[in-house]
Amino acid sequence: MPTLEIRDLHVAVGDKEILRGVDLTVGAGETHAIMGPNGSGKSTLAYAVAGHPKYTITSGAVLLDGEDVLEMSVDERARAGLFLAMQYPVEVPGVSVSNFLRSAITSVRGEAPKLRQFAKDLKAGMDALSMDPAFAQRNTNEGFSGGEKKRHEILQLELLKPKIAILDETDSGLDIDALRVVSEGINRFRSGDTGVLLITHYTRILRYVKPDFVHVFAGGRIVEEGGPELAEKLEAEGYESYTKASA
Amino acid sequence: MGLDTKPLSTLHEISSYNVADFPVPTGREEEWRFTPLSRLRGLHDGTAEVTGSVVVEVDAAPEATVETVGREDARIGRAYVPADRVSAQAYSSFEKATVVTVPREAVTSKPIVIGVRGTGGAGAGAAYGHILIDVGPMAEAVVVLDHRGSAVYADNVEFDVAEGATLKVVSLQDWDDDAVHVSHHHARIGKDATFRSFVVTLGGDLVRLSPSVSYTAPGGDADLTGLYFADARQHLEHRLLVDHTVPKCRSNVTYKGALQGDGAHAVWIGDVIIRAEAEGTDTYELNRNLILTDGARADSVPNLEILTGEVAGAGHASASGRIDDEHIFYLQARGIPLDEARRLVVHGFFARLLEKIEVPEIRERVLSAVEAELAR
Ligand SMILES: Nc1ncnc2c1ncn2[C@@H]1O[C@H](COP(=O)(O)OP(=O)(O)OP(=O)(O)O)[C@@H](O)[C@H]1O
Ligand SMILES: [Mg+2]
Repeated sequence: MPTLEIRDLHVAVGDKEILRGVDLTVGAGETHAIMGPNGSGKSTLAYAVAGHPKYTITSGAVLLDGEDVLEMSVDERARAGLFLAMQYPVEVPGVSVSNFLRSAITSVRGEAPKLRQFAKDLKAGMDALSMDPAFAQRNTNEGFSGGEKKRHEILQLELLKPKIAILDETDSGLDIDALRVVSEGINRFRSGDTGVLLITHYTRILRYVKPDFVHVFAGGRIVEEGGPELAEKLEAEGYESYTKASA
Repeated sequence: MGLDTKPLSTLHEISSYNVADFPVPTGREEEWRFTPLSRLRGLHDGTAEVTGSVVVEVDAAPEATVETVGREDARIGRAYVPADRVSAQAYSSFEKATVVTVPREAVTSKPIVIGVRGTGGAGAGAAYGHILIDVGPMAEAVVVLDHRGSAVYADNVEFDVAEGATLKVVSLQDWDDDAVHVSHHHARIGKDATFRSFVVTLGGDLVRLSPSVSYTAPGGDADLTGLYFADARQHLEHRLLVDHTVPKCRSNVTYKGALQGDGAHAVWIGDVIIRAEAEGTDTYELNRNLILTDGARADSVPNLEILTGEVAGAGHASASGRIDDEHIFYLQARGIPLDEARRLVVHGFFARLLEKIEVPEIRERVLSAVEAELAR
C-alpha cells in the first residue's frame, strides 16, 4: 500500500525558513486537499518533496512506502513513484513533447515502450484530455497557454502512473471545460491504488475531485484539518482567522 | 568605442599571397589574441617543418570533374587572396591543389565528398593544402569536406559560386585529439547565387577556421551555419567575415556551440561589414554557447559595421550560458536521470541547426558524434 509520510518537515530557501514543521500522511486511495493563502508555503512543500535543489531540508523526514525520499535524487524520487504536477510547468526548448514523454516513460518503467504502443497510448491520453495531437511535435511546454500546460501535466500523470501525485494548483487558470477534462484525468488516476495531494485555492475543483481530508496551510505549517466540509467553510470565510493566528 | 578600437573595416585590409607581407603574430593582434600561438606548432612563424602528411581523396558526383593540379594553375587564388599569415603560409607552401569543377547548369546527383585525412600524426610536422570548388553558372552542387585523422595542417578552400548557381557545403572537422588545423574558407558569390555552409567542429587540439564571404553582384545569398562541441583542453575557434560590398545581398550567420571540461575553449568572431555601396543588404548573425561544466570558456564577439544608411535589415545576437537548472529539474522530476536530461537539453539546443544539414548521412553522423561527446 503506497503511503507518503511527511514528518515534522522544516524547509528553508537560503537562510529563510519557510516550512516550519509539516506533518502529513497520504495513504493509498486517499485524496488530501491543501488550501492556504498565497505565500504560505504550499509550493515549497511540493518542491521540497520532489527534491528541487533550491529548497534545503533543515529537519524532518519524508518517506514513501517507508523508504527515505530525502536520500534520493530528483529522478530517483520520480522513479520511486512520486509525481509533482507543477504550478508553473517549465518550458524546455528543443525537446519535443513526444521525445520527452518517451524518455520519461522509458526511465520510469525501466524499459523503452514499443514505438507503436507508445504512439497509441499518447494519442489516447491526449484525446482523453482534449489535446490536439499536434502538441506531440511541439517543444515541451514552449508557448503553451496556461491551461495547455496543465493538461500536459495531467497527461504525464496518466502516462507515468505514479503512486503518489502532488498537484500544485493544477486547477488555476483553467476554464470550466478544461477544469472538467483535467478533473476527469485526475479521477482516472485516483481510481487506482494511489494517493493524491491536491493544492488549491478554490473549492471549484473539489466538486469534481472529492477530497477525503482538507488541510489548511498558513505560515509554513498545517493549522487546521478536517473533512470536505472544511473546504466549504474556507470558501465562505477566507483564511483571515488562520493568517492572524499564525502571524 | 575604446581609444584603441579600430573600425572593423580596417581590420581586414591586408590581403596578400606573400607570407612576408604579414608580420609574425605576437598574440596581441586583434585577429590572434584568442589563439594560443604556442599550440600552432610553428604554423604562424615559419618554424614548422613541412614533413607532415595529409591525403585528399575525392568521391565525386559524375557531373563534376576532379583534378589535382600544381601551384601554377591559373584558377588557384582567383576567388580568394589570403587574409592572414597562416593562410598566406599555406598558400605559398602547398604543392598540389584539388580542383572540383561543376560545369554550367549541371546538377550533381550525389554529394561530392572530399576526404581530408591526416596520416602522419601531429608530431610529424606540418602539411599544407588548397582546394578549389568551382561551380559554374546555374549549376547546383553539394560538397562535403570530411577532415579526419591527425596532422598539423593549414589550408585554404575557395568556393567560387557563379551567377545563379547554388552550392551547399558541409565541412566536418572530426580530427583526432592532437590535430592542429588552421583553415580559411572563402566563398565568392556571384549574381543571384546561393551559398550554404554548414561547419561542424568536434575534434582536434586546436582548430581555427575562418569562413568568409564576398559578393560580386547583387542577389547573392549566404547562410553560414556552424555547430561545435569543445571538450577539455580543446581550442575551437571560428572567425566569420561577411563583407557586403554590393547592393541587395543577404547573409545569415548562425553558430552554436557546447563546451564541457577543464580548459575547453571556444571562440566565435562574427564580423559583418556593410559598405557604403551595399544598399539594401539584409544580414543577421547569431552565436550561442552552452557551457556544460566549470572550467570551460566561450568568447563570443559579434561585430557589425554599417557604412550605409540604406539597409533592409541588420542585427546580431550573442549569448553564452549554463544549462538552465529548471529544465534539468523538470526532466528529472519525470524520472529522467541527470545524464539523459542533459543529453536531451543539449540535443534540443542543437536540434534546429541539425535539421539544416541536408545530407542525411552527414546529419546522422553529426548526431551520433554529439552523442559520443556527451557520453565522454
Ligand atoms: N527562491 C525563493 N527565494 C526567496 N523566497 C522564496 C523562494 N521561494 C519561495 N519563497 C518564499 O517562500 C514563501 C512560500 O512560497 P510558496 O511558493 O511556497 O507559497 P505558496 O503557498 O505556494 O503561494 P501561492 O499560493 O502564491 O502559490 C513565500 O513567501 C515566498 O516568497
Ligand atoms: Mg504555490
